[in-house]
Formats: sequence, C-alpha cells, structure tokens
Amino acid sequence: MNFDFSDDQKFLKGEARKFLEAHCPPARARGVIDDDAKAYDADLWTAVAAQGWLGAAIPEEHGGLGLGHLELCVIAEELGRAAAPIPFASTVYFLAEAVMLAGDAEQKAELLPKIAAGALIGALATSERPGPVSAAALKATVTDGRLSGIKIPVTDGDIANLGLVLAKENGKPGLFLVQLDGEGVTREAVGTLDPARDAAKLTFKDAPARRLGEAGVGMELLEQVLDRAAILIAFEQCGGADRCLEMAKAYALERYAFGRTIASYQAIKHKLADIYIKNELARSNAYYGAWALNTGAAETPLAASAARIAASEAFWFAAKENIQTHGGIGFTWEMDCHLYYRRSRQLALVAGAPRVWKERLVSHLERRNAA
Amino acid sequence: MDFNDTPEEAVYRTQVKAWLEANAPKRYEGGDVEEGGAEGSLGMAAARAWQAKKAAAGYAQITWPKDWGGAGGTPIQQVIFNQEEANYPVPGNPFQIGLGMCVPTVATFADQATKDRFVGPALRGEEIWCQLFSEPSGGSDVAAARTKAVRADDSSGDWIISGQKVWTTGAQFSDFGIVVTRTNPDAPKHKGLTMFWVDMHDPGIEVKPIHQMSGGSGFNEVFFTDVRVKDSQRVGAVDDGWRVSLVTLMNERLAVGGPSGTGWAQFLETARSVPGLDGAPAIQDRALREKLADWYVATEGLKHTRNRTMTALSRGQTPGPESSIGKVVTALQMQDLANTAVEMLDQYGIINDPELAPLHAAFQGSLMFAPGLRIAGGTDEILKNIIAERVLGLPGDIRVDKDVAFKDLPTGR
Repeated sequence: MNFDFSDDQKFLKGEARKFLEAHCPPARARGVIDDDAKAYDADLWTAVAAQGWLGAAIPEEHGGLGLGHLELCVIAEELGRAAAPIPFASTVYFLAEAVMLAGDAEQKAELLPKIAAGALIGALATSERPGPVSAAALKATVTDGRLSGIKIPVTDGDIANLGLVLAKENGKPGLFLVQLDGEGVTREAVGTLDPARDAAKLTFKDAPARRLGEAGVGMELLEQVLDRAAILIAFEQCGGADRCLEMAKAYALERYAFGRTIASYQAIKHKLADIYIKNELARSNAYYGAWALNTGAAETPLAASAARIAASEAFWFAAKENIQTHGGIGFTWEMDCHLYYRRSRQLALVAGAPRVWKERLVSHLERRNAA
Repeated sequence: MDFNDTPEEAVYRTQVKAWLEANAPKRYEGGDVEEGGAEGSLGMAAARAWQAKKAAAGYAQITWPKDWGGAGGTPIQQVIFNQEEANYPVPGNPFQIGLGMCVPTVATFADQATKDRFVGPALRGEEIWCQLFSEPSGGSDVAAARTKAVRADDSSGDWIISGQKVWTTGAQFSDFGIVVTRTNPDAPKHKGLTMFWVDMHDPGIEVKPIHQMSGGSGFNEVFFTDVRVKDSQRVGAVDDGWRVSLVTLMNERLAVGGPSGTGWAQFLETARSVPGLDGAPAIQDRALREKLADWYVATEGLKHTRNRTMTALSRGQTPGPESSIGKVVTALQMQDLANTAVEMLDQYGIINDPELAPLHAAFQGSLMFAPGLRIAGGTDEILKNIIAERVLGLPGDIRVDKDVAFKDLPTGR
C-alpha cells in the first residue's frame, strides 16, 4: 500500500509553502480585494510562473516541467492555503488540462508553452444565467467559425487572453477556443463574492472561434475537463480548510472568556473536532482523486465527484465555523477569516455547485451498480 | 501513489493466501459466538479450533514478540492477514479482547511465571478473557470505579472484591478477567485504584446478560460478592491501577463492530424497488439522491483514510491521527442512513419482521443497534474530546474531582 505522496512530492509541497509564505501573505489577497482596479496580483503571477508551477503537469516538449498531476496537486493545496489571488485555476486546471486532453498537435504546440511561461491567461466560459449549465438551455452559438452570445459569470474573464467557451454548433454543444482580447468580444467586470477572484460578463458578436476536440461532444468533453479541475480544486479547498482550522485553533487557545481559554470549552473543542473530521474525509477523497487523475483510471468521474463534494463541504464548514470561533472580531474586515469564507464559496461554485456533482455521482453509481 | 504491496508485502501475502487456502474453512459453521455464546455450542467450538490452528502457524498474534508466542511481525503483516482472512467464512473471534487488551496488560506487569501461565492458552483459544472496567455509575469516566477491594483481615495478604461491573463483552464465556477496583477511597479518584486478574469461575462472581434495546444480549452485568483473590493476582502496584488501565486502553480498538450490510449500496438497491412520492422509484427523489451521495462520499473518505493508515504502517511509520475519526463517522451514518431508509418505506417502515421488511429488516436492525454503536468504545462526545485534546492539542476539561478524596465526591445516579 502506497497511498500517499512521495518524499519528492512532499519536498515540493514544503518548498511551495515556503515560497507562498514569503510571496503571498494574506495582504496579497487584500491588495486585490481593496483595489477595485486590480483583478489579480500580476507580480505574484509572474513569480509563480518563474517557479515553473504553471507548467508542472505540462510535458517538457511543450515547455512545461513534465512532472505530473500529483505534483500539481501538492502545489494546488498550497495555493489554496494561501488563498492566492491569481488566475491559476482558470489557466491551469481548466485551459491547460482541456488542451492536453483534447487539443490537436498544433493547438498544443501553440498554447501549452505560452501557458507554462505565464504568457497566457485562460478562462472557462460556460454559464449564461442563474442555475446549472445544461445543453438544453445553451444559447451561445458558433456559425462558420464565429461565436455569438453571452457568458456570465466568467471567472478571470476580464483579464484572460483565451477563453474556453461552451457553445452550440449545428445544434450540438462544443468547446471553443476564443481570443478574449481580440475582435468581437466585449467584457464588463461584475462584482463577486470573492473580489480576489474577479469575473466578467462576456458578450460575443461574431468572435473568431476554434473548436477544441471533436464536433458535437462538447458536454462530454466539458465533463472530463471538469473532472480533472474538480480534483485539483479539491486540493485548493483542502489547503484552505486546513488553514481555517489552524486559525480557529490558534485563536481559541489565546482567547479568554469567563476565566479560561475558549479552547477549553467542549462547545469549541467539539466544533474543532468536527472541522478536523470533515477535513480528513475531504483529504482522503482528494488523494483518491489524485490517484485517479494521475493514472487516468476509469473511476475518475466518481473519484472527482467525491473529491469535490467532500472538499466543498469541508472548506465551507471550516470557513464558517472559523468565523464563529473568532466571535465578533471574526466578522470584521481586518481579520482574515472572511478571505477564506469568500474563497470557499468561489471554489465551491466555479466548477459547478456541489448539488450538481451529487446528482452526477448518484447517476454514475446507478450505472455502475446496475441491477 | 498506488495501492500495491511492496515486494516484501507481496511475498507475505502470497504465503498467507497459500496457508489460508490450505487451512481456512470453506463453509461457515454456524453459531453466533457473541450472542448465543454457550460453551460447547458449534460456534464456540469452531472459533477455538480456528484460533488453535492460527496459533500453531504463527498467525494468532502476528505482532506479538516471539517469547510471547507471537510471530514478531509488523503491523502491516497483521493487516494483510486480516484482509485475506476476511475472504473466508471463518468463525467469530471471541479472543480479541483478551489478546488485544487483557493479556498484554497482565504480561506487561506480571512476573515470568504468570506470563508463561496465561499467554499460551490465550493465544491458542483455550482460555478467554474479558475486561471489567465500566460500572453502572461510570462509563466514560472509568476512574470513577466504585467496586472495592479490601485486604482480608486474616493476614493472608488476600483481597476481597465486592461491587458491580457492566457492559462486559463475553463475560458469559470468559475464563479470566481484569478488573479495576477502588482500594483507597481517601485518595483522589485516579490515585486509589488497583487492578487484579480474576478467575471468572469463582462462585462469588455472577454474570447476567444485559437485554439491549435492540433485543440482543451481547454484553453482561458482572456482580462481585466477596470474591477472594491472592495478592499475586494484583496487576501492578497497589493504588496504581489507573496507570495500568491506561496500558489496557491504549490497546483498545475503536473498531467496535456492529451489524454491517446497511451501507449506501443497500440503500441504493432498496430505493430502486420502493416507490417514491409520485409513484416513480424512490431513487428518483432528489432529496434521497443528495443523501446517498453524502453517504457514499463519507464511506469512500473512511476507506481511503484507512488506506492512508495502512500506507504509514507499510512504511514502518506510526499512523497519523486521521485514523481516530472512523467510529464517530460510521456510527452517526449508520443511524442516519437506517432512519432515512425506514422513512423511505413510509408506513411499511414500522415492520421489522424479516419475512416482510426489505433486506430481511436489516435497516430496522441497524436503526435499533446504532444508538449502542454511538456509545460503545467511547461515546461520540468522548471521541471528539480525544480528537480535540490529543490531535489538535486543545486543553483538557477542567476537573473538579482531581484533588478531592474519592469518598467526598458528589454522586448522582
């Protein structure tokens, strides 16, 4: 049994933590949140690119480090822990993974080196209205290689160079690569729960669009992209959830009420134990997801669903109970609790809400356990 | 990252598989050891025979040192053996409490002669042990034991034990037990306890089965009426019983068993065949689907947490604290899942007749057993205290009974 990361991967994780503690204290996220003009931390993005993290899982022939997805997982966990205000998920988990999964040789050769170098920011554009994304309700349309329609919200849509857009072509869904800083695209920033992760409304009018992968299989392809992203995001969520538990514990130990530390009251002890239990369940599910992602196992959709559901629940619970443990001070703008509360919502929604994944999970179970 | 054995583990597994294939029973030989349990029943005879076979081959207590009759093996070898053994219809194991907790405690504190006397017969399944800790007035608070031991007034050095223990698993068929007694009521509660081993066949010991709310009787009350024991039966020093009992409890396995077979897969199977709100199968009910997903995710989380624990063992490391979460999650889920299943059946859910209820009334069975599982081997609340204190490093509860003579402590029920 070898269900853990290797010593090399753990070393990488340790190095990533050191790097982010030095380059991404909570003040970096605040720098973006407090400045409406700032959509992300460009300096941090450049520094992260210089570390090679953007290309951790991209093959060497395409300018990446050629490490693998397990290495990307440990980096993701540290980015989540630091609540990093950069378009890492949009660019790496969504765009790079989609290109590696379905791109042709030309697309890979063109895009992957740029992503690895930090010269290209990506964005996933699937949502058009309130409620889950579905093929039936999809309105954006590609005709003769030109995209028209509206996407809202698109995380990092205001800063991305290249969008991965879900749209219909000949009546069937497909995924398309669209230059967002090119012709036929209008972008408007929209306010978000987590201002360290901006989003935009994109209006397309005859914007040039290149299809990624086969025609007509957009939903299937999107599911595969989301499975991969869900596992990587689960590691960010685990990192954030563990950070919340650390914050709650540290505060409970130093805060006194009625003559003793609040950490000595069972109401607080049991709350923190509950956070710990959820965090460990999430971590174990995320590990299984990492294994599936790295080996391309047939179980990947189930593993991804379980990882996403467990990690979304754990981060939400840890983030909200961290504020509760802090009491009044936890509700202030100055405390960092809300950065994680905000990020927990951003990550739980950005690849589709947990209830959508629960439905997917049960559908898979029904098929697997067919009577 | 993979799920494979190391080369050494693979060799060991092959060896275990070959031995089991040659020696393990191929057909279950009836008799519920825990519930029926009468000596001489088919279940007990089969259990003893299987234990003797394992002992002869060095598979009874793989991690025990060789001078105790163990194999001097590693924890991962024990895990591998357990996994492979589970593939055969082997009898129940009434020896685990003795081998896992009682005998190691006695062997740690006893002289060589006593060790030699007890270790072998226990290992071979010839003698069974029980653990006499819980009392009617103290379950989670073991150190509140009131069963008293006083010196006999005849200068023999013997002790006379009187009092009552409760929730004793296997007392009805045990040959020996270890018992925590109060020897100094004038000292604070942790400092006036002494442990003894006792012969369960003593006429002063009476075992009465407890009728559980679930209907079964897996546990007992044990009454001590002027039971005379030799001073040589003392385990550890006089008034040092708390420290001795910690050795026992350190070995306690949180993997307290319960009726299995009511997990998410059984729920899914049942929900397919039962009509839901609108007549369509209940599995199409969104609320039930969400719950099913949650149970699957928690079950998978525990499974892979065990895989992480096994990985640590495989690498020769001490498992991390994550292994402490298992029972809290399992017990609560058993209760929630069983109750949801019963409600899914609507009025029909009240039927617990195995002839009529789905899955032979397994959900109804789990519903009635779950409250016990949430208490046995550490209540949900005690386990969360343990996580908070030992894993997260939060302070222990403030103890109002710490420096007070035991006899002066307030008592309620």
